[in-house]
Parts: sequence; C-alpha cells; structure tokens
Amino acid sequence: MSQHRRRPRNNQISVEAVAGNGLLDRRALLGRGLAFAGAMTTGATASLAAAAEPLAKPPWSLEPGAAIVPYEVRSRFEKSVARTLSNPNFRPGAQGARTPHHLLNGTITPSGLHFVVSWGGAPDIDPDEHRLVIHGLVKRPLIFTLDALGRYPMVSRMTFLECGGNSAPLFSPEPIQDSVQALHGLASCAEWTGVKLSTLLEETGIDSTAKWFIAEGADAPHLSRSVPLKTTLDDAMIALYQNGERLMPANGYPMRLLLPGFEGNMNVKYLRRIKLVDEPSMSFWESKIYTQLLPNGKAYQFYFLQEVKSFITRPSPGLTLKEPGLYEISGIAFSGTGRISRVMISADGGQSWGGSSAAGTGLEQGFYPVPYALALGQFSCNVTKPGVGRGRQRAADSRTVRGGARRVEENSTRCGRPESALQLHHKLGGRREGGGQACLCVAWTPPPFCLCSSWARAGRLPKGRISESL
Amino acid sequence: MNLTGIAEWDISVHPDGAGLPVGSGTPAEGAKIYVAKCALCHGQDGKGSAESPTPLIGGGPITDISASMKTISNFWPYATTVFDYIRRAMPWQQPMTLTNDEVYALTAYILAANKLIGENDTLSAETLPKVRMPNRDGFIIRFPDLIQ
Repeated sequence: MSQHRRRPRNNQISVEAVAGNGLLDRRALLGRGLAFAGAMTTGATASLAAAAEPLAKPPWSLEPGAAIVPYEVRSRFEKSVARTLSNPNFRPGAQGARTPHHLLNGTITPSGLHFVVSWGGAPDIDPDEHRLVIHGLVKRPLIFTLDALGRYPMVSRMTFLECGGNSAPLFSPEPIQDSVQALHGLASCAEWTGVKLSTLLEETGIDSTAKWFIAEGADAPHLSRSVPLKTTLDDAMIALYQNGERLMPANGYPMRLLLPGFEGNMNVKYLRRIKLVDEPSMSFWESKIYTQLLPNGKAYQFYFLQEVKSFITRPSPGLTLKEPGLYEISGIAFSGTGRISRVMISADGGQSWGGSSAAGTGLEQGFYPVPYALALGQFSCNVTKPGVGRGRQRAADSRTVRGGARRVEENSTRCGRPESALQLHHKLGGRREGGGQACLCVAWTPPPFCLCSSWARAGRLPKGRISESL
Repeated sequence: MNLTGIAEWDISVHPDGAGLPVGSGTPAEGAKIYVAKCALCHGQDGKGSAESPTPLIGGGPITDISASMKTISNFWPYATTVFDYIRRAMPWQQPMTLTNDEVYALTAYILAANKLIGENDTLSAETLPKVRMPNRDGFIIRFPDLIQ
C-alpha cells in the first residue's frame, strides 16, 4: 500500500491514503482539523465561497414563522427530494417508485420516500373494515381485526426491503448512465413494528403437515405469494407501523407481511389472508414474474433471499462536485442473509481497496452506512490513462442458509468507459451465483476519474479471502 | 369470531387442482368473453397492445429479461396459474367480477389459442390440472435449503 501514501501539498496534516486515488479513512480525519470540501477551507489558497460575503440578516429571522401544524410536512425547499416513478400515468400493469438514495442520509428511509412496486395501485382501505384471516392447515382458523392485532405483544425491527428487480438496469444490453436512484432505488430501510406471525399461529395452532403459507393481499390483484413456513417463522411479522406511524397506503396500509431478508414482493401488502398449506400455489408472481432467467434457458424459481449488495450514494451521478477537495463517500451496504461484516471501496477501478470492518455494528437485514472519505483532486487523482480507466465491482456473500452449509461466493466484473460515467452492465442471465449486483462508476472531468462501488460482505469469510480475491 | 365467509375468500388454486371451483368452460365460450372484457388491453389477437404490452397468445424464444418476454406458452409452468390469476386479478378494472364458468372459459380460450389444449376441449376442475405446460421443467429452485 506504500504507493498510495500521499502528502497533500497544501495542507499541514498528512494522512496516509488507504487506497489509490486518494482514498482516505474518514475516521482518520475526524478530529484532526482536516477540511472537507465546502465545510472549511480546502487548502492554503482556497476559501469558502460563502465566507466571502458579509453575513446578512435574513428575513426569516425578522418576523415570526409559520404556525405549527398538527401533521408536519418537510420544507418547501425539499420538494426535489422525491421518488421517481415508472408508469406514472398508471396504465394497467405495475408501477414503481424509487428511493432517492443520493439525496438522503442515514440508514432509515423516510416513509414517504420508501420504494414502492405496486401491481394494482394503493387501495383506500378502511382499517375498521379490514380483516386478516388465518386458515388452512391450522387447528382453528381465526379472523383478526386491526384492533385485535393491536392487543398482541409487538416487536420492532429495522430492516430493508428490496424489490427482486432492484438493480435490474445492470442487466441492460448496453451500459446505462443513470443515477443511483434509477439503478438501485427499489430498496429502502425502515423500522417496522407489528405482531410476529408466530404469535398468531400459537393461537391458531399449526397442523403438522403445513410446510408453506400463502399470503394474499386485499388489493385489486389480490397479490399472492407462497412462503416457506419453517424458515420464516422466527422472523415473519404482521407489520402495523412503519417508522413509528401506521403504514403508508402504498406500503400496505393497514398491515403487511414482513419477511426480513426476503424479496420485496413476498412482503405482501394489504395482508388479508394467510393460508397454511403443504405445497406452494405457484401464483402468477412466483411462477412468472419473480423468476430469474439463467443463460442456459432455465430460470431460478423461489429466489427468496436478497443477497449482499452495496452501492455508493455520494458522490454519484446527478450530484455536483464544485471543486477539488475532500469529499465524504457515502454508501449503503445490506444483505438479506445476515449482518454486514465488512465494506470495501476502490477509487481506482479496483486496483486497490480500502477496507473497513463493520463487524458487530450493523443490524441484520439493516442498511449499513459506508463511511469513507475521498480526496478528489487535491491528492492528485492518479488515473494514468484518462478516459480508459477501469471499474470493478465486488460483492461477496457469506451466509448460513438455514439448515445448510455456509457458502462463500463472489462476483467480480469489469466495467469501462468511465468518461461517460457508465455503470457495469450485465448481459441476460449475467447475475452469477451469489453475486450481489452493485456497481456505480462515477466520472468527472477534470480529472477523469472512475469511482466504483463498495464491496461488502455479510457474515464471516475465511481470513485472507479479500487479498486472494484481489 | 364469525368464521363464515372464509371459503369465499379462499381463492388459491394449486397445480394439483386443489382450490378449483365447480364449473366449466370451452374455448368458444371464452372467445366471446375475451372480446368483451380482455381485448381492450391485451389486443384482439392476444398479442398485447400499447396500453398493455402483456401478450397472452404466442411467445418465441426469450432473449432478454423483460417480463413481457415470458408468456403463457413459453414460460408458465402450470395451467392452473392461468385460472388463479384471471380469477383474482382480472379484468384489470373489475377484478373478482367473473363467474367461475367465465374464468374456465377464458382459461380454455387462452390455452387453446396457444395450442395447449384442443379447440373443442372443456376445462373444469378435473381437466385443467392435467394440461401439461411446455416449460414445466424449466425451473431451478434457488434456495432448496429454505423450503425443506
């Protein structure tokens, strides 16, 4: 790593780069007075632009503000922080709303910005009229009102949800230049509160022949998925609250199934019926839509787990870097198979990596923040062949499939043409075994520069695995 | 708690025919219903339309991951799913308004147009599960460990 040691020319403090192109460990900067772009000076000659103007007496300081309202909405200046919609005119078919990750910070997605994939619009459900039926291979079927569910012990859990089709643009025949919102916006993270399914099944009893349950929504398509009972029983929840308040209408109001780590579509919204069965029903969504085509012509069925993934949210396409200086790299890593244990970032196309141990700090099935600092420009971005840089994406996953062996799988792919900020593309079926698809190359000129996605892993990998894979 | 009504809510149909209701329908009966209630979105010829590109009839080799590439004839593993999906979700603007006979008839019309059953076949709870779909064996369970 000695070749990455850089001494900033215009700064008194020397910080050793942890990887090529001026990648610094953010934690090494904290408390050392080193300037991040826009927050302080970026060098001996640079100065903060805003500081060149005299401090004013702004009008909002000279009169009372607005009256406080019962339910507050965000500042009018924040309207551009919004989901992007597919099928906005709501023609027959699915609609999608993507989370603007590059405009958010932290690990919780605000409820109004939580992603949505809808197969029939958001129904206007009267919570007092809504019913949840549990029947089938149970000892006694039961019907629950929302009020009745509210009297059971509740649990809270921060967990991501991700559409099975998230990051699908990476499968485009040609590379797509687009924002992290367009590429990875069908994933979000919230605190969900509700009643565990196992609590309700204690009431109904479980017939010994039950192996699956069918979850069905009360929306127009009566969306239906078959869920393996044994492997989900510990975690499955009837979620009644999202980030502390009732679910958003498009996220299942007044109740949805929550299956942490499982593909979004299985987390059935507007949940009206759970039927314990011995075989899956092979619904439209599980036998057609949420299947994964493979190069050999077959298709994965019951994909279920959302495997490890990471992506950089800032800097990223759609955001502007105004000047050379220090910028924090922000990103998100998550895995449906467990806790994120390590995140790595490369700023030189995968030639060198900075790593951070996340062991013990992240939540299972939660969003894990990627903390890194990038010195852009000031530390002489070392792209030797402008416009021909490489990008590399790494995602690896170590998990324990319930009842099965620990698996370690890896995916590594090249991406090119950073001059146009292209992201890696995959041909049909290119999603390899266990490979979390996450790559976001970012380019600016000058200097030409390719920043690639973080590398994340969940669970434990054998020691030395990372260096071997490089 | 009054448990009446659960049977009416239970609309799940399984590949072995479990859940299929009493009733029957033929392709000829389904053709009339199709024109009245389906063609607006799916096209007169069942090939899809600008309003809804989802084709119901036909389907060639799958060359990309677009959902519309996966058709009943080239992808769906079970014929019972056709009945299940029509009954629970169609027509788009008025789901759950078709009679069981109408759903059988539409299923028969679509399967016959895809040459998966004969033009004069009648579908019912007995005959529908016996329809063999071309891509029945085209699937691999992604995580078999999870569904023990």
